[in-house]
Amino acid sequence: MARIELREIAHARSGDKGDAANIGLIALKPEYYPALIAQVTVERVTEHFQELCKGKVERFELPNLHALNFVLHAALDGGGTVSLRTDAQGKTFSAALLRMQIDL
Amino acid sequence: MIRIANAQGFWGDSLEAPMEQLRGGPIDYLTLDYLAEVTMSILQKQYSRDPQAGYARDFPQMIERGAKEIVERGVKVVANAGGVNPETCAQAVGTSLKRAGFGGRLKIGVVTGDNILGRLADLVAQGVEFQNIDTGSPLSDVFERVRSANVYLGAFPIAEALSKGADIVVTGRCSDVALSLGPTIHEYGWKPDEWDKLAAGIVGGHVIECGAQATGGNCQVDWETMPDLAGVGYPILEAEPDGRFAVTKHPNTGGRVTMAGVKEQLVYEIGDPRSYMTPDGVADFTTIQMEQAGPDRVRFWGIQGRAATEFYKVSISYAAGYKAVGTMVYGWPDAHMKAKLADHVLRVRLDRLGLRFDAIHSEYVGVNACHGDLLSGQPSPDLAEVTLRVGVRGNDAAAVERFTRELAPLALNGPPVVTYPSGGKPKVEEVIAYWPALIPKRKVTATVTVREA
Repeated sequence: MARIELREIAHARSGDKGDAANIGLIALKPEYYPALIAQVTVERVTEHFQELCKGKVERFELPNLHALNFVLHAALDGGGTVSLRTDAQGKTFSAALLRMQIDL
Repeated sequence: MIRIANAQGFWGDSLEAPMEQLRGGPIDYLTLDYLAEVTMSILQKQYSRDPQAGYARDFPQMIERGAKEIVERGVKVVANAGGVNPETCAQAVGTSLKRAGFGGRLKIGVVTGDNILGRLADLVAQGVEFQNIDTGSPLSDVFERVRSANVYLGAFPIAEALSKGADIVVTGRCSDVALSLGPTIHEYGWKPDEWDKLAAGIVGGHVIECGAQATGGNCQVDWETMPDLAGVGYPILEAEPDGRFAVTKHPNTGGRVTMAGVKEQLVYEIGDPRSYMTPDGVADFTTIQMEQAGPDRVRFWGIQGRAATEFYKVSISYAAGYKAVGTMVYGWPDAHMKAKLADHVLRVRLDRLGLRFDAIHSEYVGVNACHGDLLSGQPSPDLAEVTLRVGVRGNDAAAVERFTRELAPLALNGPPVVTYPSGGKPKVEEVIAYWPALIPKRKVTATVTVREA
């Protein structure tokens, strides 16, 4: 068992829907998918994004793509046109999630 | 099989992509998506100043440039370039065709009925609540400040325009996937209740709607070795009558069509993957089957869908105060500490001036701007430079204006080793916020007209 960064076993793409950020997380190989399911939980993602996300986190499973999709509510300081942030549309949230440490 | 090429993922995307899609190989349809949410309110503002404006001016220019290929190759074009003024956009397209020497050769179809700004008060009086989908708040909270209101129409009006002989279809607001689903419905005669086929068309449309994001752009896997991103090919959807499809790109173009890149696009901004909602049906992304079917080709099958709901989504925009954002750049040594001191000085001055804002937000670009402090970790003390970026937001325009005068003085009266971008003080912008809502479909009528260009 080794402690690794999620980016070693997954890739991701993120964007916005209003004030919610949407992060799709995809296993680089099918055999990594169970680790995503077991460890990249709603609780861990909520804790991971505590500074940026003020609402609840939802997680959806896409076993056919070996992927998870996360919706982070109230995560964009009001959303694309309102937000004062550099990343008003959550485009770099994908890489932020890939910083998470997991055990493999 | 029909080939549908997308050449615009948003207004501001590559001006060359449409020409490359037209010239790079055989295609049947060219689609262009110009309308982000923010675009409609900008176009509405332009229209209120000039009744000949309010559409994507890039589109008639693109038609003039590409007219020869469009006419000679018989390519049909579908674009949501109409914004809040599709009729005038269509006239401008006609003028472009004449200027290019192809007047009277093509038919233009126009889809209207999405723009409900003028009917909003009536619709409210009829009992349509337009509750905010995200917050549940009633529209009366912002009604006086509404700037635009547009229904996301579906793909069937586009199919109707094509069946009436249109060579170029101009729409206002419609779902992004409608631009490619409309041609597929037209070509194969798909019915409004063939949910699995429609779901397949929805998924295919979603893959190509963001342009080169399906062909290697923005792809995290092997980006270091991505071939010729400078000449990246835009996506082509090859749709079959039974709903199966493939995504590819023209030969001899840059980028890659791989499982990794296409999967990234599939999960982009989709919400609940079992219920990807569009006006024409609900696609279940968990039923997607896909495989690499050759170089730069990914094949899809097995997609299932469900019935569309009785509602259209409405995108309403409203005025929500003012904001301004400015930057100062601090150089080595101790760049981050200097930038933090500058931020402190600035905030004390704003406070002493008695200025009040709904929000003041400070970031240190190079340290924490994208991911925040917790995830970014400790910055190196030897950073070559750090950009202080400060923004304020509030309803008091005068206070926001006054803020814009407080950054530049820091160049002389704040911490040392500082420079700032040319261009003067930050601009005060009006904030346009979004109000997503629903409207019963029976309250909306899409109108399709087709005429000679």
